[in-house]
Amino acid sequence: MSGPSVLFDLPGPGARRRQRIGTVVGSLVVLGLVALALWRLGTHGQLEPERWAILFDPATGVPQALWQGLLNTLAVAAVGMVLATVLGALLAMGRLSDHGWVRAPVGVVIEFFRAVPLLILILFCLLFLPTVGVPMTAFRALVLGLTLYNMAVLAEIFRAGILSVDRGQREAAFALGMRKTQVMTLVLLPQAVRRMLPVLVAQLVVLLKDSSLGFIVGYVELLRTARSLVEFFNFSYGNRYTFVLYVAAGLIYIVVNLLLSALARYVEARTRRNAKAAAAGEGELPADVQMGGGGGAVPVAR
Amino acid sequence: MQFISDNSDLLWSAWLTTLSLAVASGVCALVLGTVLAGMRVSPVPPLRGLATFYVEVFRNTPLTVVFFFLFFGLVYVDLQFPSRFTTAVAALSLYTASFVSEALRSGINAVPPGQAEAARALGLGFGQTLRTVVLPQAFRTVVPPLGNVWIALAKNTSIAAGFAVTDLTAALQRLANLNADQLLAVFAAVVLGYLVITLPSAWLIRVVENRVAIVR
Amino acid sequence: MRMSRSAATLGALGLVLAGCSSEAGQQAEESASNTPSVATDVQFQPGTTMAELHDAGTITVGTKFDQPGFGLLNPQTQTPEGFDVEIAKIVAGELGIAPEDITWTETVSANREPFIQNGQVDIVVATYTINDTRKQVVDFAGPYYIAGQDIMVAKGNPEGIEGPDDLAGKTVCSVEGSTPAQNIRDNYPQANLVTYDVYSKCADDLTNGNVQAVTTDNVILTGLVAGNPEGFELVGNPFTEEPYGIGLAKGDTEFRAFINDALEQSFEDGTWAAAWDRTAGVITGEQAPEPPTVDRY
Repeated sequence: MSGPSVLFDLPGPGARRRQRIGTVVGSLVVLGLVALALWRLGTHGQLEPERWAILFDPATGVPQALWQGLLNTLAVAAVGMVLATVLGALLAMGRLSDHGWVRAPVGVVIEFFRAVPLLILILFCLLFLPTVGVPMTAFRALVLGLTLYNMAVLAEIFRAGILSVDRGQREAAFALGMRKTQVMTLVLLPQAVRRMLPVLVAQLVVLLKDSSLGFIVGYVELLRTARSLVEFFNFSYGNRYTFVLYVAAGLIYIVVNLLLSALARYVEARTRRNAKAAAAGEGELPADVQMGGGGGAVPVAR
Repeated sequence: MQFISDNSDLLWSAWLTTLSLAVASGVCALVLGTVLAGMRVSPVPPLRGLATFYVEVFRNTPLTVVFFFLFFGLVYVDLQFPSRFTTAVAALSLYTASFVSEALRSGINAVPPGQAEAARALGLGFGQTLRTVVLPQAFRTVVPPLGNVWIALAKNTSIAAGFAVTDLTAALQRLANLNADQLLAVFAAVVLGYLVITLPSAWLIRVVENRVAIVR
Repeated sequence: MRMSRSAATLGALGLVLAGCSSEAGQQAEESASNTPSVATDVQFQPGTTMAELHDAGTITVGTKFDQPGFGLLNPQTQTPEGFDVEIAKIVAGELGIAPEDITWTETVSANREPFIQNGQVDIVVATYTINDTRKQVVDFAGPYYIAGQDIMVAKGNPEGIEGPDDLAGKTVCSVEGSTPAQNIRDNYPQANLVTYDVYSKCADDLTNGNVQAVTTDNVILTGLVAGNPEGFELVGNPFTEEPYGIGLAKGDTEFRAFINDALEQSFEDGTWAAAWDRTAGVITGEQAPEPPTVDRY
């Protein structure tokens, strides 16, 4: 469907008037609610400029701490993304293998890691792996948990990408005398990765959001930093800065993720302009994958 | 394995909490998400704008942050949920609704334009077109994505453990601490609890998908 | 020292600063060097944990990051501060490890035993109560402090809670994996217990009215009350004894004896009392108590 407009006729003068009245009334209601919320915040003193100044005053260490927290968040997301991409591609190839003894276990691995909550995976890495001699830190546990989960999601996305490459490519490659592995690594995978590039960038948003689970294993990412700041200032000033700091952390997440989403759209637009990849499919992740921390247990992209 | 029988009450009630969290949030998210999707394709621009704003905000906020706001931020606007459980349901619903809305919207967009055009040509209004022609078809194409949103939701309930809701993950943390020597068994028991919810769901989705799929 | 600085600003709490600079930013950054002495010429028997740590020049300490007065992360320096932290510095100093070479890891109540068992931390100094259940999986040096479980309520004590028996039918908050939580579960089952991972969330919930009481060791509660004296008050009726010990790997008898020696020495030479005075003592407003007797079990 080309856009929402096919669903309705252009409104006539009567409908437009009704819409305008409705818009005014609706806006008043929304504005009223916002004003009410702001008024309540104001009576609690949450809107004093002095409280918000803490976010921009380097003498408090708050801006530096939040910046460091953001960097830690980005570090986890970046490392997790690279590992998950590599492992995801391998798993996708395994799942498309000609041999049943490769396909079956790979399928089980993918299904398992998509069916278990990410938080449980992270706790497992943090608490259990060290008992069998794998050295673990909060950072590693978080990265590993994110990797295990996302590689399974990405494997499914890659598989769909590989299957979407025109059959002629594969046949032509075989006709040229390439072996199976060559066809996969030289012909199919490069094209699939190209098509999936916007999706990969969008998956970064998911990873970034999920890295906030680091608060439960004691990794000082953005959200945990905000909490630490709250606790630290609570000690000296009561809960004076609590609201301010949580709002700040929330806004940083939204802004960074919106930027990443914009990057994904930009990459997609570039890919589309490129003649060879003109047939690139949907650039958006399926809604369930974007939820993160979970994702689906059945193939998401067909 | 001794601890499983010792703690069967805890595990059972924790599993029920997880399940009811997921079901209650799933219903709320479906209702809210459908309304949002309707708003996003509606003829009234401010409604579209509002719904888009909502979806963009919640899609880009970590679920944990949503939890934090509902549990510890709402009090600053003098609002309060009656219990921890309802607060957790609210957080999960508000977050998941934005994804339900996105899944439905892509489903609506997947319905061939001819269907809506034909409906309009027959004189149906926007509401009628959406209700009687487009949404019934959209719901079929969105069975798999919606089903996956449900499974993701079931897994995301684990975050409530960080907010004093005694779900499976909270039980895991308590048991892991008391049975540090049997960690693997503790994990296995809890993971099984989640798989009992997610795997049959995945299977059911596949069955329903095959039933309702429209061959084009 | 930062703790006393915080206390100074605590006194100036009512002071509203005009203009657009934040109150927290008014604190000038001063770095007092109040660090305990670092042993320079120490020799250890090869093969012992002490020799390993001394040669590595670093030690990983698990502590709390959210407990005012004992272990609270200072986001400005990214290091924790408090009495537990000072105790760890004393032990590290005896090993010839400078405070800046200590790696601090956050241990919450629910992961202290696994962290020690897995070797993710060398020692845990984290308001860690010595008890027999824990002794089955880890060893304890100390105690270095004796706390008692108490109850914190909203200012004015609207529910009239005077002791643990009054908790029946009330919602009370504590932390998963802590001895106070287990005590409530075992001995006061009529109380409706909810558990978070950290105490600061309990404090938030008490502010919100979601719980009627928070229960844990009195010194921890004192720190929380200090943060919000208009909102909270302490019942002040401790009903258990909580000896705080230093957790270490089970069976490392030499290391335990070494830490006990270090603690006893600090009890005698006054470094222990000095550490108390500039951290937890600032909050409680009391002089350092008599040091406890080390239990070499």
